[in-house]
Amino acid sequence: MKSLSVSKAVTALMLAGLVLLPLYSSLSGNIFILTLFTRIIILALAAASLNLIMGFGGMMSFGHAAYLGIGGYAVGMLAQEGVGSGFIQFPVALAASAIYALVIGALSLRTRGVYFIMITLAFAQMAYYVASGLARYGGDDGLTIYKRSDFSGLVDLSNRTQFYYLCLACLFGVIFLIWRIVNSRFGLVVQGLRSNEQRMQAIGFPAKRYQLVCFVISGTMCGLAGALLANNTDFVSPAVMYWTRSGDLMVMVILGGMGTLFGPVMGAVVFLLLEEFLSQITEYWALIMGPLLLLIVLFGRGGIMGMLGRAGRG
Amino acid sequence: MAEPLLRVEKLVRRFGGILATDNVSLDVASGELHAIIGPNGAGKTTLISQLTGHLEPHSGSVSLAGRDITYLPAYRRCALGLARSFQITSLLLDFTAADNVALAAQAHAGTSFRFFANARKERSLRDAAHAALDRVGLGHRADIVVNRLSHGERRELELAVALASKPKLLLLDEPMAGLGVTESQRMVKLLQELRKEVSIVLVEHDMPAVFALADRISVLVYGRVIASGDPAAIRANEDVKRAYLGDQHVVTHHG
Repeated sequence: MKSLSVSKAVTALMLAGLVLLPLYSSLSGNIFILTLFTRIIILALAAASLNLIMGFGGMMSFGHAAYLGIGGYAVGMLAQEGVGSGFIQFPVALAASAIYALVIGALSLRTRGVYFIMITLAFAQMAYYVASGLARYGGDDGLTIYKRSDFSGLVDLSNRTQFYYLCLACLFGVIFLIWRIVNSRFGLVVQGLRSNEQRMQAIGFPAKRYQLVCFVISGTMCGLAGALLANNTDFVSPAVMYWTRSGDLMVMVILGGMGTLFGPVMGAVVFLLLEEFLSQITEYWALIMGPLLLLIVLFGRGGIMGMLGRAGRG
Repeated sequence: MAEPLLRVEKLVRRFGGILATDNVSLDVASGELHAIIGPNGAGKTTLISQLTGHLEPHSGSVSLAGRDITYLPAYRRCALGLARSFQITSLLLDFTAADNVALAAQAHAGTSFRFFANARKERSLRDAAHAALDRVGLGHRADIVVNRLSHGERRELELAVALASKPKLLLLDEPMAGLGVTESQRMVKLLQELRKEVSIVLVEHDMPAVFALADRISVLVYGRVIASGDPAAIRANEDVKRAYLGDQHVVTHHG
């Protein structure tokens, strides 16, 4: 029980910090930290969505950044064409991500293990090159978004604090949904398939159907992160879909703790803060970051959540 | 015998040049416990895999209660009332015993595309799980993660999982494998109880158990059924003695 309370306490502390951050930012006048954490929260949302298929579903998707791009391009392209309403942009971003996930999932889930990793990676790289070829929408150089999604006064995305809380609300909403899903009938089936697919087939569950639906839910959630990210940077480019970004998301999930609710958030916070501060110290920050991550993955099984659990027990 | 529950007709399965299943035909009547025995490599597991849908035959047919299921995938057969246990225990190791059984019950109780309500709080599924666990004597271990169960307990859990789907026919692939003497005896007792409720196809090496339990026995050698009949007939069959049992002592000792 004590082990639970340590990781719970740290999680609660982190969440309270995220909720109170704008207060600190306005009191101290540190605007930069608000911008930084907006980005962290959006990528935490993406990592949480990846965790649904990777941690709970056992599907190692190495192409999850594709949805960041699809969600982002949905917003950017519609804005370019004069459709500025968020009530159109966001549903389109989610729908486009869902459709992409459905097609990619239907094809990729015919394979297992390393092949699944490689094929999801290949599709994401295809998406990357398709986006690079969109001459009308900036091609390689990307697409500047001159006006953020307009929610007709409901919430103003150009207001830093409002945008921050919108992102945070989306993150909490998605985590709440994931929590409900993993404890539902559907979630138990998906986790059962991760544990032992043969057994699940033998007791009467068609594996692929459940995995595909899970894949689509996860992709749609990440599409939301993509739409938010484009608004955050006022810009979308093929680079958000590049495979290294998919790798970053995987690292966040593994770092925080696969198959835990708040692990991906923890992972995103630690990963991006490390990246931020190390890159201020030295240009060769990756030289420090790499070994550090290796150590955590090698010796801290179960990621940060796992280590907190053990610290509580020890 | 009007309509056998399970009918296997002229089933053939090859692996390269080897005929692992060679024109196997057999019927299992409703309420019967039908044992399949044979030396190692006789093709028992290959046969079972074709009955459960994990392996496709090259020719022949399998039907369950008059319905052709030869090419149905495993999960569809399960829905039609066919449940199995695995020779090597195959369970959800990181789930509790109750979760393992409840999932089997869930597969047969409406859609599992429900995303919001907590499945572990569904009374009907939990009750079904506990009933099945009690049935095999694991009621007190319901909340233990399978990883921590002993081998014998896992074998019993396999049975509980199979029972939870309320099958018409239970395919048991060596349920005694790896069990100690007392555990085996418990398992035989348990099967003696279960056979009153459900038809069973039993693949087993443990001869005392087979002869104690079976209504009928089919003997498989090199993929072929060389004899089929009640235990007394099998015991007396010269082909069986010669081809399979070999050592006289097993046959007479348990006679």
